[in-house]
Amino acid sequence: MSLADHLPEGSIITGARAADWRAAVRLAGDALVAIGATEPAYTEAMIEGIEELGPYIVIAPGFALPHARPSEAVHRAAITLMTLAEPVEFGSADNDPVRLVVALAAPNPTAHVTIMSELAGVLHDDDLLAALIAAETPEQVRAMLARA
Amino acid sequence: MTGGAGMRIVAVCGMGIGTAVLLKMNAEKALTQIGALGVVTAAALGTVHDAAQVADVLLVTADCADRLQLPPGAVVVIDDVLDLSEISDKLTAFAGH
Repeated sequence: MSLADHLPEGSIITGARAADWRAAVRLAGDALVAIGATEPAYTEAMIEGIEELGPYIVIAPGFALPHARPSEAVHRAAITLMTLAEPVEFGSADNDPVRLVVALAAPNPTAHVTIMSELAGVLHDDDLLAALIAAETPEQVRAMLARA
Repeated sequence: MTGGAGMRIVAVCGMGIGTAVLLKMNAEKALTQIGALGVVTAAALGTVHDAAQVADVLLVTADCADRLQLPPGAVVVIDDVLDLSEISDKLTAFAGH
């Protein structure tokens, strides 16, 4: 298993353009809706979470992991992965600007543990992260993750 | 270090499903690394007072720690959830109390 197995058609976006962090989160959230994992309300909850708690979801240099509480707006555990054409400021003192966004949805606290385990492996691989940020197509992203 | 099953650790951050889960996973690896026994669970910031009741130590990211009001001593603040050596060092220091 790799993270690629959790990224079906439509869940990877490369070279997205977002004017600010809200737009970036909304794009990654829209993709969660498009693959049938969430309702639009979940996207708004992710944005509200960041407004409330700050940019703590920017957990590594250039990497943001927006997510919100499990709720009825989540149909299944899923992620979407998005690279940004231009880096976006999230307000993180340590890890701005963001170039790679993984939006996460979970219907309960445990359904997504496999995804998180795969994601942790990716986040510990600086070379892979740099390669993902530079990827030009979803196929390239999937191939990099499948090799990892 | 406490006996039996070891430290009861609760990893706390915002929603309890993202950062807190990464912190939990890395804390489990850190325990193995330092040869300590412990049980790690993840919790959301909103449930931190319940978590504090059952935990020997709360592991909290620096960003989330700023939003907590808890007595010092039972809280270990982690600057980088992905930094295994930071987590290992701080858990070792805590266990040595």
